[in-house]
Amino acid sequence: MYPEGISEEQQKYLKRIKSQKRFILVMRILLVISFFALWETATRLKWMDPFIFSSPVRMVSTIARLIEEGSIFLHIWTTLWETVVGFLLGTLIGILIAIVLWVSMTISKIIEPYLVVANALPKIALGPVFIVWLGAGPASIITVAVSISLIVTVLEVYTGFQEADPEKIRLVKSFGASNKQVLTKVILPSSFPVMMSALKVNVGLSWVGVIVGEFLVSKAGLGYLIVYGGQVFQLDLVMTSVLILSVLAALMYFGVQLLGKRIGKKY
Amino acid sequence: MIPAVKIEGISKCYHTPDGEICALKDISFEVRKGEFIGIVGPSGCGKSTLLSLIAGLLQPSEGKIFIFGEPLKGVNPKIGYMLQSDSLFEWRSIFRNTLLGLEIQNQLSSRNIQAVEQLLTKYGLSAFRDHRPSQLSGGMRQRVALIRTLAVNPDILLLDEAFSALDYQTRLAVNDDIYNIIKKEGKTAIMVTHDIAEAISMSERLYVISKRPGSIKLAMDIHFDIEQRTPLKSRETPGFQRYFNQVWKELDIHVS
Repeated sequence: MYPEGISEEQQKYLKRIKSQKRFILVMRILLVISFFALWETATRLKWMDPFIFSSPVRMVSTIARLIEEGSIFLHIWTTLWETVVGFLLGTLIGILIAIVLWVSMTISKIIEPYLVVANALPKIALGPVFIVWLGAGPASIITVAVSISLIVTVLEVYTGFQEADPEKIRLVKSFGASNKQVLTKVILPSSFPVMMSALKVNVGLSWVGVIVGEFLVSKAGLGYLIVYGGQVFQLDLVMTSVLILSVLAALMYFGVQLLGKRIGKKY
Repeated sequence: MIPAVKIEGISKCYHTPDGEICALKDISFEVRKGEFIGIVGPSGCGKSTLLSLIAGLLQPSEGKIFIFGEPLKGVNPKIGYMLQSDSLFEWRSIFRNTLLGLEIQNQLSSRNIQAVEQLLTKYGLSAFRDHRPSQLSGGMRQRVALIRTLAVNPDILLLDEAFSALDYQTRLAVNDDIYNIIKKEGKTAIMVTHDIAEAISMSERLYVISKRPGSIKLAMDIHFDIEQRTPLKSRETPGFQRYFNQVWKELDIHVS
């Protein structure tokens, strides 16, 4: 089982790590199963009212009904593309602004206090403004999503840029590097981990922005389903939408993580 | 013969809101082609400022610098700069690290790339060309850093405390290693260090700089009666201690 030359102690150690890993995985699965089982039992035994709390079985039948109707795909698709677009725009514009700030120390000093204020402001407050400006549609929803992730991205990425090793900057300058080369050869690659972590935070923030945007104004999407379900007291619909949402958010998070690892390897 | 580097009455002051700090005052000296020059001085005496000036990264407040007779304006491709840390880029392989300078200067011709490959082979690094910097020992990393500097084919090398990040044993070995490479490639070198022994063992001429504002306190030719001088061999000669004592006295260091 083990290659030659591995001592007994090392084998024991490897076995211990392996069994611990297995234990953690089993416990994780057990935790989610018992959560849903407890939920189901509690509603069956009328400890909780299934009309208000819904239940796993009712959620499954709701999903089946929605799939049959076909409308669920429209809602998922609407929320998904709004989130992806919001995420990409927030990240790209954020990184671009961070680059501008890095290029011009003067600009960065001038707008620093405003960035801090903008960061502290709950951007949701601007939701109604966006709706008036951009109309009751996806444009407003995406703008809400972008506004939530943008400032955080700018601050985080810009801080990452500033933490680049000054010795490395001196080195490329001693080779006669232009400002642009300092950026592409040192600043951007060395800030890659910071940008990755900003991306991961942005995934979550974009979901928040899109769902809140859909709460405020929408004709379709998971946020719309949740608000609608709440208004007509269909808690099955609300819970099901939240469940789908959490699965989608997790998938997107892992997607970004995987992408980061891929690109990270190339560097 | 035109000197490789000629420094004429250089002064350098830094400006801060709290006032003016003068790091160097009226420094002049010449370096002939192929020479190995050492510069020692107490910490904060402006040694590194002097190298930054020669590298063209800073402008002097007063005075002029000539490189092979030409007045220095900004960064000059004839000059290679080796910094305290090896500053290898972890996101690049060893090979791509050594190409950095050529890449920045748009000199990635197949002839130049081949020359770098030859340097890697010549100095025993070809087996590591696809490794990451973190997989190499401190001494090897320093050698990679030197090859990165040599890749752009400078005539003059500036070494700024280039060995101080290494532990003592490695440092002695790397001193020998780098010295031999520089001599073999026929380069002119100016080395700044706070380590008196290192400076004496490697240089042919030594300048002692005073406390801030730094000026030249002592210029001293160093000669050992040995064939095929190397830093390690120099350290073993009887004359070494005499030079050491002389520099030590000039530096006038007090612990207070």
